[in-house]
Amino acid sequence: MLFLESSRMKLNYRIVIFALAIVFGIFFSAPSLLQTEDGKKITLGLDLQGGLHMLLGVKTDEAVKSRIKSIAASIKHFSERKDILIDSLKFDDQAVSFTILDSDDTKAMKEYLSEIEGAVVVVNGENISLTLSDKEILRTQKQAIDQAIETIRNRLDQFGLSEPVVARQGKEKILVELAGIKTQEEEQRARELISRAAKLELMAVDEDRFARVNNMTAADAAEYGDVILEDVANPQRKYLVREIPILDGSMLTDAHVGFDQNNRPLINFSLNSEGAEIFGDFTGKSVGKRLAVVLDGKVYSAPNINERIGGGAGQISGNYTVMEAKDLSIALRSGSILAPIYLMEKRSVGPSLGADSIKASLVALVGGFVLVIIFMIIYYRMAGVIANIALIANLLILLAVMSLFGATLTLPGMAGIVLTVGMAVDANVIISERIRELIYEGKSMHKAIEDGYSNAMRAILDANITTLIASVVLYAYGTGAIKGFAITMSIGILASMLTAILGTHGIYEMLESKIQKSKNNLLWFGIKG
Amino acid sequence: MEFFKYTHTFNFMAKSKMAMILSIVVVLASLGLLATKGLNYGVDFAGGTIVQVKYDKKAPINDMRAKLKGNALFDNASITEFGSPDEVVIRMKTSTGNVTTDIGDVTREALKGTGNFEVRRVDIVGPKVGSELKEKGVMSLVLAIIGILVYVAFRFEWRFAVASIIALVHDISIALGAIALIGIDVNLDVLAALLTLLGYSLNDTIIVFDRIREGVTNSRNTSLSDIINESITRTLARTTLTSLTTFFVVVTLFMFGGEIIHAFAFTLLIGIVVGTYSSIFVASPILLAFGFDVKGYHIKLAEKSKREAEKQKMRDQFESGVM
Repeated sequence: MLFLESSRMKLNYRIVIFALAIVFGIFFSAPSLLQTEDGKKITLGLDLQGGLHMLLGVKTDEAVKSRIKSIAASIKHFSERKDILIDSLKFDDQAVSFTILDSDDTKAMKEYLSEIEGAVVVVNGENISLTLSDKEILRTQKQAIDQAIETIRNRLDQFGLSEPVVARQGKEKILVELAGIKTQEEEQRARELISRAAKLELMAVDEDRFARVNNMTAADAAEYGDVILEDVANPQRKYLVREIPILDGSMLTDAHVGFDQNNRPLINFSLNSEGAEIFGDFTGKSVGKRLAVVLDGKVYSAPNINERIGGGAGQISGNYTVMEAKDLSIALRSGSILAPIYLMEKRSVGPSLGADSIKASLVALVGGFVLVIIFMIIYYRMAGVIANIALIANLLILLAVMSLFGATLTLPGMAGIVLTVGMAVDANVIISERIRELIYEGKSMHKAIEDGYSNAMRAILDANITTLIASVVLYAYGTGAIKGFAITMSIGILASMLTAILGTHGIYEMLESKIQKSKNNLLWFGIKG
Repeated sequence: MEFFKYTHTFNFMAKSKMAMILSIVVVLASLGLLATKGLNYGVDFAGGTIVQVKYDKKAPINDMRAKLKGNALFDNASITEFGSPDEVVIRMKTSTGNVTTDIGDVTREALKGTGNFEVRRVDIVGPKVGSELKEKGVMSLVLAIIGILVYVAFRFEWRFAVASIIALVHDISIALGAIALIGIDVNLDVLAALLTLLGYSLNDTIIVFDRIREGVTNSRNTSLSDIINESITRTLARTTLTSLTTFFVVVTLFMFGGEIIHAFAFTLLIGIVVGTYSSIFVASPILLAFGFDVKGYHIKLAEKSKREAEKQKMRDQFESGVM
């Protein structure tokens, strides 16, 4: 180092720490500055590199509704199996109700109902109603969110983007961040993959009444325990199927793209052992009838059952491209989303806008930096040079810490760095002004420097800590890009305490005898006297 | 080089009455503006949709209006230039909750035939998120102020804390007034700027207060007004210098930082000017008005050191085994 040439300069602990900090700064900021292959680097925020940020909500009420619906279905199933006669089985968003015709069956029914988790059963003579306890409703809602997060994460992991972020935000929001989305088509695909329910159901076609399907209303169908579904390719074509599915996607173990004899893509799926058994039993009983393959409430195909199908494998054919078939198989593999999701917030930035923002903020950063550096040298001469060394060290350490933690640099974060430059010199301005004052008072150089530092210290500490309080609050309450601003500000302030206070003090200590000997206050502190 | 060489103390407090009147007038005008014109909340807080479109030549705004007219999604949409004539933003108060259909795609489709363009940014903020962000924003300002109040009261004295908070409220009111006057969209970045301004303005105030604290403790002069004047004068060089360097930096940010950072830089520009002024002409006169009793403080300090000396004496006696 330049300063070590003269034997009159003595090493001190401050300069050693400062030198180590600079080495640390250079070493760890290098990967980010030089964009080397290895090493931890600062990640650019979505606003700088382009990408998609979404905050999704989950319609948890729908999950509760479907829970109620499935309870109604299972009551129906139970009463049919046990020959319990019930009437006016109804359900709405919150409750299921029915009447028992033979009071002898009440006990058996009550026993069955008591086994349903979280159910609150009220028996009033022959009228029975069932609701879910508040705890159970909360649990169902929470589960719907957990399941949505898990599913979206699974799907995006297979989508092929690097490091997609899927995280819970607050109690019931899902944060999805996709960096590096380059094209509109890619974004569209990602959005479809996220929002697709991918609920697969295998349903029995009601062959007895099928001929009348075009004259039926939904209410008519419901009377027979059926539903009317549309064909996926041709909405005019209607299917009448049994409301309670034979099995659903929860028994699916795998789905992947295959091709039919005409080389058109289709999806092969396989079922777990339980699903395979149900599927085998059903197909064995229903030879000659049709099986509807239903995905998200649309019929994809309804092949005839020619024989018992064992082994638990099936196909979904449809008129899709290879890409669509691939995305669909990803969605099926990762499971269905039980409650629908909706968009609460979306921010998408194109890569070209991100590049423009980087350019603009770099110009501002470099411009502001150069202005401050020139100004400090003109005003303080050598003291200004020393302050500038501290400033550069401050920037390096800031970048190094951010790289080390893989912190995200956002556009407001860039502004935070620019601002740190302005504020970091403040400590040195305060110190230099104090030293100047003490020199004017006729103190010795040693005393002026030491007292200058100790007098300035309190003010600098108090000022920095209050700014730190503001940035911590900003971090805690800010979202997304603004958090980036709080991060760079906080690290910058902390680094400035090391560089501007400790570092420059070390330099002065080292150079003290030289300064004393030169007696040139103009050169060292920019003042005459 | 030196801006202010300390030769004599300026009598700032003599001018504080005039400054107070000026401050009160400007703050009242700002509050009036906020009450009548109000803040222009952007999508972050009000909810809504923004689509930023860049053309390869001057954007055909009239053409675009004609194309978007009649599409229910673009009802009451405003189209304005953004930074350069090539670039525009389309703002809507509505937001769609549908994940699959994208307003960016819809815009691209609708604007077909108006020239070569690129949709560069789509921001959709639902009403719930908007009001949440607003709530959080106000909370963060309040919390930051409380945190600072507690810290300053702990490090200095309650009168210092209250004076610095009044100065902060003064600064923020005026900055908000300026934002309302110019009609800047208030988004998250403006909130960040306000919080930065909070920290910045407080820095200035604390540097002056630190000197006053030092003066109160060390000076033989018991006139608070004299001590304040001397403290301000002695820190004047630093105040000006730091304000100038920060000002330089923010001006470059304002001029070269790009349109997106504009509102942030503008808020800070106002903040730096007002913050510097307030640390001299608002915080200190208020402290003076509170009437900090320097003489009483000296007596208290003397008593405290006397007590400590006595304690020390007892301890010494105890250790040497006299008692």
